[in-house]
Amino acid sequence: MTRKVFHHAVSLLVVLVLGGFLAATMVRLAPGHNVDEELLDARLSSASRQAILQARHGDQSALQFYLHWARNLLHGDLGTSQSLGQPVAQLIRDRAPVTARVVCLGLLMGWSAAIALVLFAAATRRRVGDVAGIAVSGALLSLPAAVLALLSVIWNLAGSLAIGLVVLPRVHRYSWNLLQSAYARPHIITARAKGLSASRIFLFHVIPVVGPQLLALAGISVSLAVGAAIPVEALCGIAGIGQLAWQAALSRDLPLIVHLTTMVALVTVTANSLADLAAGREAAA
Amino acid sequence: MKLLRNAAWVCLAVVVIASAAAPWLAPAGYAMQSRDSFAAPPSHEHWLGTDDLGRDRFARLIYGTRISLLLAPAAALLSTLLAVLVGGLAGYMGGFWEKAAVGINDLFLSLPWLFLLITVRAMLPLDASPLTSVALTFLVLGLLGWTSAARVLCASAKTLRSSDFLRQARAAGLPASRLFWVHVVPNLRPVLAAQFWISIPVFILSEANLSILGLGVPEPMPSWGSLLRELEGLVSFREEPWKFVPLIVLVAVVTSFQLILSDREQVVA
Repeated sequence: MTRKVFHHAVSLLVVLVLGGFLAATMVRLAPGHNVDEELLDARLSSASRQAILQARHGDQSALQFYLHWARNLLHGDLGTSQSLGQPVAQLIRDRAPVTARVVCLGLLMGWSAAIALVLFAAATRRRVGDVAGIAVSGALLSLPAAVLALLSVIWNLAGSLAIGLVVLPRVHRYSWNLLQSAYARPHIITARAKGLSASRIFLFHVIPVVGPQLLALAGISVSLAVGAAIPVEALCGIAGIGQLAWQAALSRDLPLIVHLTTMVALVTVTANSLADLAAGREAAA
Repeated sequence: MKLLRNAAWVCLAVVVIASAAAPWLAPAGYAMQSRDSFAAPPSHEHWLGTDDLGRDRFARLIYGTRISLLLAPAAALLSTLLAVLVGGLAGYMGGFWEKAAVGINDLFLSLPWLFLLITVRAMLPLDASPLTSVALTFLVLGLLGWTSAARVLCASAKTLRSSDFLRQARAAGLPASRLFWVHVVPNLRPVLAAQFWISIPVFILSEANLSILGLGVPEPMPSWGSLLRELEGLVSFREEPWKFVPLIVLVAVVTSFQLILSDREQVVA
């Protein structure tokens, strides 16, 4: 268990270091980096320009730049957005709760609908249940997340529902396969042959088998939902991190978009790690 | 199920033939503007009406189909090749390389695909021509989409590593590169084919997502995603139902790929 926690902590650290390095590189390479309006003043001599650049640490080496960047990052200073002219940390602080709410609601809806479909199929144990579930998930898998967002706008539905519809087919397909293989296990076939009720079999024999994998799936579904937040927030007019990332991509605000991607990577890697650890504990129990 | 799969093949064949016959079906091309009819409903002259700039929507649909159906498989081929190089090679070599590849793969797989795509897409040059921009969009898809295939190929190559015929070939003194390209890769062919087919609908949907968000195929080039942007202004489903035709074609093609894929998965299994 300790080894697993250490492994996940290392993964998080790698994401942070790589993400930070990438962010710093992008900022350094971004057009307009280290350029100031003051430098455009034609009256200034080259010596004056050089002095201004030196004052702004413009001529520091790449290593110095990264160290300076890392120090600022540790102090919570993520720089300023080029397109919005606001501190990146402030923008993230303002919008993160909105995205968290939309994503959580979407996950809740997607998981509830997927589990309901799977349980319906498992309870009826008839072909109609299978076909209904497969048809719904197959149809939803063929639709881009952005189209689901557009349809939710046309039908005046909540954006979180579109996220739920992105999550639903993946969760349904995987959990359905898990349940199928769980019901085919010898001890469950024996339990059914002995006449145990369907609910008892499900609660005491199927759930312990599929539980750890479902927890791992929960971690993956966070990544899916966060990814779907971009088109959903952008097209439904929800002022969250996804919309901010879209605006940053359109206006090529590299410092902002790279910081957002690093932050989202941290969130999804943490979610995956937590799900993996919980699944490990459950399997051990 | 067999009936559905045959229907899927027929559907794909019809769409491919229609897109190949685009110059004959729509000789005016996708960029020709009709100055008399802007945002016109369907007519004999324009089967799916015209867009806000007076361009024939049917022509744009079949030319857009060409782009999606030509470049998505190209991107899938690129990602599958990268997956062989990274996943297949790591699985075959084992040890540190395998651990490193699996770690990097896990990291990539936990990142939301769209975030990664729009980040890389935002870095591409602004002054690229529409054609270059289209190629770059699909190149980015191919370069970033190899991770899940690499995971599968790594596991398959790992299984092959300890197989008898490879041990014998190794004992006979064959160099490692020859072992990999001549003995390992051909045995991964069914998995490679399945991964290639899996990637095509994924890339079609990703391109559609990017283009709807204005980060994919640029104007005046058409693609399914850019055609779907027209849905943005709609207030109700009944308002202009012909605008949903590109969506129907997209869903039909992606569903067809999924049905054919389920057959391939069975073959691999």
